[in-house]
Order: sequence, then structure tokens, then C-alpha cells
Amino acid sequence: MTTAATNQHVLSVRNLRVAYSTPTGYLHAVDDVSFDLSAGESLGVVGESGCGKSTMGKALMQLLPPGAQMSGSVQLKDDELVGVSRRDLRRIRGEEMALVFQEPMTRLDPLMKISTHFVEAIRAHRPRTSKSAAREMGRKAMAQMGIPPTRADNYPHEFSGGMRQRIMIALGVVMQPSIIVADEPTTALDVIVEAQILDLLDRLRRDEDLGLILITHNLGIVAETCDRVAVMYAGRIVELGPVEEVFTTPKHPYTQGLLRSVISVDTTELASIEGFPPDLQHPPAGCRFAPRCDQVFSDCPVTDPRLTAVTDHTAAACLLYDGAYPPEHREGAHA
Amino acid sequence: MITDPPTVDHLSPVQPGVDTTASDGVLLRVRDLHTHFHQRGKLFGGGGSSAVKAVDDVSFDLREGDIFGLIGESGSGKTTLGRTILGLAPATSGSVWWRGINLADINEKRFRPLRRQMGMIFQDPNASLNPAMTIVQGVGHPLQIHGITSNKREIRRRVAEMLERCGLTPAERYLDTYPEDVSGGQKQRVVIARTLITEPELIVADEPVAALDMSVRAKVLELMLDLKDQLGLTYVYITHDLTSGRFVCDQIGIMYLGELVEWGSASAIYDDPKHPYTTSLLEAVPLPDPSRKGRDKQLPVGEIPDALNPPTGCTFHPRCPRAFEPCGWEGEDLVDFFERRWTEVDADTFDRELDATGPLTQVTTDRFVARFKAASPDALIPLLNTLRTSGQDPIFSAVRDIATEGGDVVVRFEDGPAPALQPVAGRMVACHLHGIVPRP
Repeated sequence: MTTAATNQHVLSVRNLRVAYSTPTGYLHAVDDVSFDLSAGESLGVVGESGCGKSTMGKALMQLLPPGAQMSGSVQLKDDELVGVSRRDLRRIRGEEMALVFQEPMTRLDPLMKISTHFVEAIRAHRPRTSKSAAREMGRKAMAQMGIPPTRADNYPHEFSGGMRQRIMIALGVVMQPSIIVADEPTTALDVIVEAQILDLLDRLRRDEDLGLILITHNLGIVAETCDRVAVMYAGRIVELGPVEEVFTTPKHPYTQGLLRSVISVDTTELASIEGFPPDLQHPPAGCRFAPRCDQVFSDCPVTDPRLTAVTDHTAAACLLYDGAYPPEHREGAHA
Repeated sequence: MITDPPTVDHLSPVQPGVDTTASDGVLLRVRDLHTHFHQRGKLFGGGGSSAVKAVDDVSFDLREGDIFGLIGESGSGKTTLGRTILGLAPATSGSVWWRGINLADINEKRFRPLRRQMGMIFQDPNASLNPAMTIVQGVGHPLQIHGITSNKREIRRRVAEMLERCGLTPAERYLDTYPEDVSGGQKQRVVIARTLITEPELIVADEPVAALDMSVRAKVLELMLDLKDQLGLTYVYITHDLTSGRFVCDQIGIMYLGELVEWGSASAIYDDPKHPYTTSLLEAVPLPDPSRKGRDKQLPVGEIPDALNPPTGCTFHPRCPRAFEPCGWEGEDLVDFFERRWTEVDADTFDRELDATGPLTQVTTDRFVARFKAASPDALIPLLNTLRTSGQDPIFSAVRDIATEGGDVVVRFEDGPAPALQPVAGRMVACHLHGIVPRP
């Protein structure tokens, strides 16, 4: 998975862990997550609520609540984000990384014209930009996102929900960052507007060679917009691979169950995964999915699987695949 | 006995006072139903009263044992229609016939005893349960309210039985817990148990699984389908999620701005949608199928418009990928046309055209007329004529004339009628593409 050509990756995440301190001990919401993202590539991150996908997104964005502890490495081009200074972070957000959230209205200042949002965002990074130059940059970014230039001097409340999300994205990309991290960017929107926004994000990614991390609970969105997908369960990536491969021949029983439980227009039978995700303060000793798994066997409750290459492009963390055994167990597995 | 004339031919005849459910299988007849919400003028001066037509002239039949899916975007009126059927929102006009009784026309006193025969399941189970009541109290509450029983032991027995039926086994484990002690999926099961405890016949389920995690959605839907078969229920299933509609529903009604724009059997609508809005919804919905990636979606432009000021003619026309001449083009559409056009042209073209039209805030519209008050007529009239002859946007096919009036440039449009529902390929569709049938 990790090749020598790491330099072509705009983002490299290694052994990322996020721990929350609770009165009864530590809780690892994200536990040893590693992946890479290339320029112009889109990676979907999916999983049930509580699987850690949003926490991981917040960690990438450096937006974790106070008290959260982050370890490992997040390399965005030349910058290491774990332990970054506030000053560097301000530069990186905006110039290197754009953030898109679920509810755009809460991120726009209701008392500021849209054009002023652009001028402020641009001048925060390039203080010497003239107002007219900043307005022109804003106009271009808005046009790219399908926002009429005549609406530049309107206030946020004068726009519809879909338009506000377009504005948020336009604001995010005005400084031409390398990656966009979008956390459920269309969850609050209707299906047609959702499709419009996803089309725009996709076009933007192609035109500007942007890396896109799309965090969503909707497998359909990932299948239709992403190149690769990371399936998360109980704080870990359990399967990582090209969308075409993961959706047609899922390797991990959890991915298989998840795909079966999606209700689509072709559904002829309802399926679901029994049970609930584990309590992350006391995760099961072996495979965290073992208590719910329909292919569980004797090793599963005692051996913790590692993410291992199963095909040329797909990795899974499941003991059905020999490579998933930790080194000290591997001989036993083959015996 | 007076019989209301049915709006469309294939609706079954209404016989007031006669319960025909046993003979023709139709449990509920919705006829010409309107629910309008009136808004007075603004607090600080001005603004006459106006009305939001949340449900606008809706008619359909609901057969006993069927699941009727009401599908539409937020603001389409699907929830209000569901609430109006149950008398939870007052109908402005029209009727809801239930076993010979017009529910839209009876007072609360007469409605009360009927309520136990109908139930509603809401989207958010957290908001539907009283956090201060234990599950046995909450689920058993309707039994007391409707005077079915107030015997504590009997309530407990019935609640336990219903919880187990809803998959909460053993019931003893749940009876004395509070809603906060159970998971989201279990909470929705509790809500379903409370709805079913009075043994209703009709359930209006408003987005019953939308708030649940995807791995439990299927389970809750499955429960609802099982209960339907076991208890002989009839459902109105309200959802914005097209994906579940095909599997769950027998009949589908697609709503847009308060109107039913297409309704018929689920298979007909999913296999071969006849209204461009239905087609758009089906194209837009993301499916877990990577082979659909990068397909050319014919998406409607913009978003669902303000219900206080709906478009003329067919209310979907400003967004419709297949709109043509008779769809009801109006002055406002021309303003939108320029705004949209200017996101696609280069800065020079934008500046030049903006000089021609003048600021769009200086354009006044009055239904079929757009008046450019700050225009440069010498530039704008040739521009409009070029756009009109280019034939690239359907809006110009409906332009009646372009004229200069006292320095203003005035564009007038032909009147476009609102489309009535008409039978097309075994279902009802309100769209001019299938022949122009104006609404009465």
C-alpha cells in the first residue's frame, strides 16, 4: 500500500490516534489509522455513527475539542500537522487545506456580505491584496461554483441552503489549496441539491487537481464520487481500496454486511448487521467486529487483525486473510 | 345523497356515509385536498396577507393493506399532507373520506374516537418519547387516553406483548427503563409499539428511519412490513429517500410544492418515470454502484422555490430539464436566466451584458412581464433578440414580445397553463409533455 513514491502524495496519515480522556479511562476514537491521498484523488471515508470517521476528519482539520490527544503523523505536503503551531495552522488551513462542513449557515457571518467574506479570507492569507483584486478572485471562485456574480453583495440569509454550501466551498478553494476535507457536506440538503454539490466538488477536483476526503455515512455518495474508499469500524480502517473493487468484491465481513444493508432501488430483500458497535473504552480483545461477524472463527476473539494487502489494491483487517495476523502469530496460523 | 364528482376519472366514486372498504377495498379517499397556511403582513408595515399552499389540490385513493409512499424534497408538502389526513393540520378545503366519514369536516369531539384507529410515527424517536416516562408508561399511555383500559396490570401485559411484537425481547428488560436507556433503533421500536398499542388500521409514518443508522434502518423497515402483514395495517409512508420507496411501497405519489405531480404503482414509476421531476429525483439519488460514476446526470437547476411565491404554470418549470414553450415562463425566469448565464461567461461578456440589462435589482417583474428599468435599450434589445433566435434556452420560446416603453425594456411572455393530472401509461402525471391539459 505504501510505496516508495510517497512524494507524490499530498497527504500521508500514519498511525493516527485520537484519545479522549474520560472519568473512567481513555477512549480511542481513532486508533492507528494510516492512509495516503494523491493529488486529484478522492477518498471516501464511511462507517456507522460512532465509528470514528468524523473524529478522524476533525483530527485532519485540527479541530478536535480541548482534551483530545492526537498522536501519529499527518503529513500535508511539507507540513506535519500533529503538533503544528497555531501560526502555521492558520496558514495551512485555507492555503493548503479547505474544510467543508454539514451546516454552512453556522459558518458564515450573518452580518457580512458574501463579497466581504471573500475579501477577508483572502487578506488573512495575503494581507497586501487590494480589495478589488480580492473581489475579482472571489468572483472567479463564485462563478466556478455556480453562484451568480450579481449576488456578491448579498448577505448569507439571502441564499438557499445549497447556495450557502456552494459559497462555503468557494471560500474554501479561493486560495487554491491542495486538499478539501468535507465532513457530511450534503447531509442537510435534498437529493437534487446534493447531486449538484457533489458534481461541483468532482469538477473542482478534476480542474484544480485537488485531493478530496469525503466523510459520509452514505455509501452511494462514495460509490459515485470517490476513487478509493476507507471503511471504518470502531476507530479503525477495516478495509481500504478502490471503490470499484470494494463495492463489487468487498473483502471484510463488515463491508459485506454494510453493503448488504444499504436499501437501494434494486433491493429485493432487507438485510442488516446484528448487534451494535463496541464500547470504545473497552474494545473487544481480538477483532473488534468479531461479536457481530457472521464469519467469525476461533482466532477472531483473541487475535487483533492488522490491515493487510489482500489484492494488489485492496487491504483488509480480517483474519480470513493470513497477512492480517500479527507477526508473532503468523506461524501458528499457517500450521 | 350527494356524490362529489371525482377530479380524475380513475379515482373511485365517493359515497358519503357508506363504508365501502369491504366492497371496493379503498380505505381512504383524499379528494381535492388543500391545506393553506395564511401569513399576515409583516410586523413592521406593509405586505398584504399571503398563503403558503402546503397541500394544493391533492386527490388519491389508498387501498386497504397498501403502502402509499409520499415522496418529495423538503418543502414539498408531504408531511403536511400526512398531518392533514390525520386531522393534525386543518384542511382548508377538500375531503378525506374514511369509511364514509369526511375526516376533514368533523369536529374534534367526533374525531376523538376515530383517532385510535389511526396512528403516526415521527422521524425523530428522541423527540417523540417523553423522557420522564418509563417505557411502560409511555407506550401504555394511549390505552388510558382512549379509555381502553386503566388497569395497571392489564396495561403492563398489553405493553409487554406489543414490545415483544416490535422486537424488544424480553419485554421485561425494557418495561421499566427510560427512553434514554435504549439505542436509537430500539427507541423507534418503542415509538412503533406506542403507535400500535391502540390497534390502529392506518399508520402515517413520517420518515420513520431517516434518523437511524444505516445498519439498523433495514431492521426497522422490516419490522414495519412484518407488522403490516401480521396486523393488517395500511401505511402512508412519507420519505425523501427514493431508494427505499421501491422496496417498501405499493403506490407512490411524487409531490412538488404541494401538488402531486405523478402517482401510480411503485413499479411503474421506478421503471419508467413519466414526470421530469420524478426522473430527476431518480437520476440524482446516489446508489452504491460504482458503474454509475461519472454518468451524465440531467439535474434540475436551482432549488425548490419559495412556497409563498410559487412559479406560474407548472411550478417545476424553472428547474425542469425538459421545460418547453407552454410551461408557464414568466418575468422572474428571465432574471434567473441572466444570473445563471453570468456564472458561465467570461468577465468581459458579463460586464458588457450587465451594462445592457442594468443592475438586476432594477428589474421589476409582474408575472408575465419583466421590465428592465435601468437598461441600455440599444444594447439589450439586440442581445435579447440574439438569445431568442439562438434557441439555446426554452424560456425564449415563450416570449411574446420585446419592446421599449418610456426608456424601459419590457419583455412579455405567453400565458402558460398549470398542468392537470392526466393518465399516462397506467399512472397519473401532471406534465405538458404528455399533452396540454390545463388545470381547471
